[in-house]
Amino acid sequence: MPVQPTIRVQKDDFDALAESKSLTEGRQDVGAVVTFTGLCRDEAGTLSALELEHYPGMAEAELSRIATEAVARWPLTGLSVIHRYGKIKPGENIVLVVASSAHRRAAFEAADFLMDFLKTRAPFWKKEHPVSGRASVWVEAKAADDTDAARWKNT
Amino acid sequence: MIIRYFAWVRERVGTDEETIELPETVQTVADLIGHLKTLDANHAAAFAEEDAIRVAVDQLHVETDAKIGSAREIAFFPPMTGG
Repeated sequence: MPVQPTIRVQKDDFDALAESKSLTEGRQDVGAVVTFTGLCRDEAGTLSALELEHYPGMAEAELSRIATEAVARWPLTGLSVIHRYGKIKPGENIVLVVASSAHRRAAFEAADFLMDFLKTRAPFWKKEHPVSGRASVWVEAKAADDTDAARWKNT
Repeated sequence: MIIRYFAWVRERVGTDEETIELPETVQTVADLIGHLKTLDANHAAAFAEEDAIRVAVDQLHVETDAKIGSAREIAFFPPMTGG
């Protein structure tokens, strides 16, 4: 029986360490925990904030569908996915995936799989607000994200 | 039928949600896009690049040849950029 994944879509920040601990505390069967945190990045010093828009209801549903596939595919002992929405400043957290398993391979692969499908299928959109007075712009989807997701089709 | 829009599709249409009476000729998502384009200049602009638009019927991703059937809610949005 696969584990029940935890899915949260929220405005508030999250605590990656606390989420990781909650998958291991009080049990001895977990041998590996992979924690992935995606942050708001500003390489050129031109970004004031990202605005994350989401489709309430479908965002949670789609993350659940991806997570359900992950727990069916890998022998995980736990899986948590948290995605934030609203205005997020450079350096702040956007997304968290925590996958735990008896062995490392399943945890690594499940977290990687989760992120690839989250990026191409979960209904979230980023808008960049620049520091200067220039107009804000929607971030365009990258073809590389589709290629990354397609990697899992034949494995 | 409730139609919802997100991100730049929402901005171009000028609203995040609207309720539309569908003509009987509208059977598929592609038919619906064709119909929405005729409503006004904003809708026409929003759907000008049809290839750049993704669709969900009752919060499930579908292709544009999907039948609308008894769906309650159809959403249009650009390719997703979360994560």
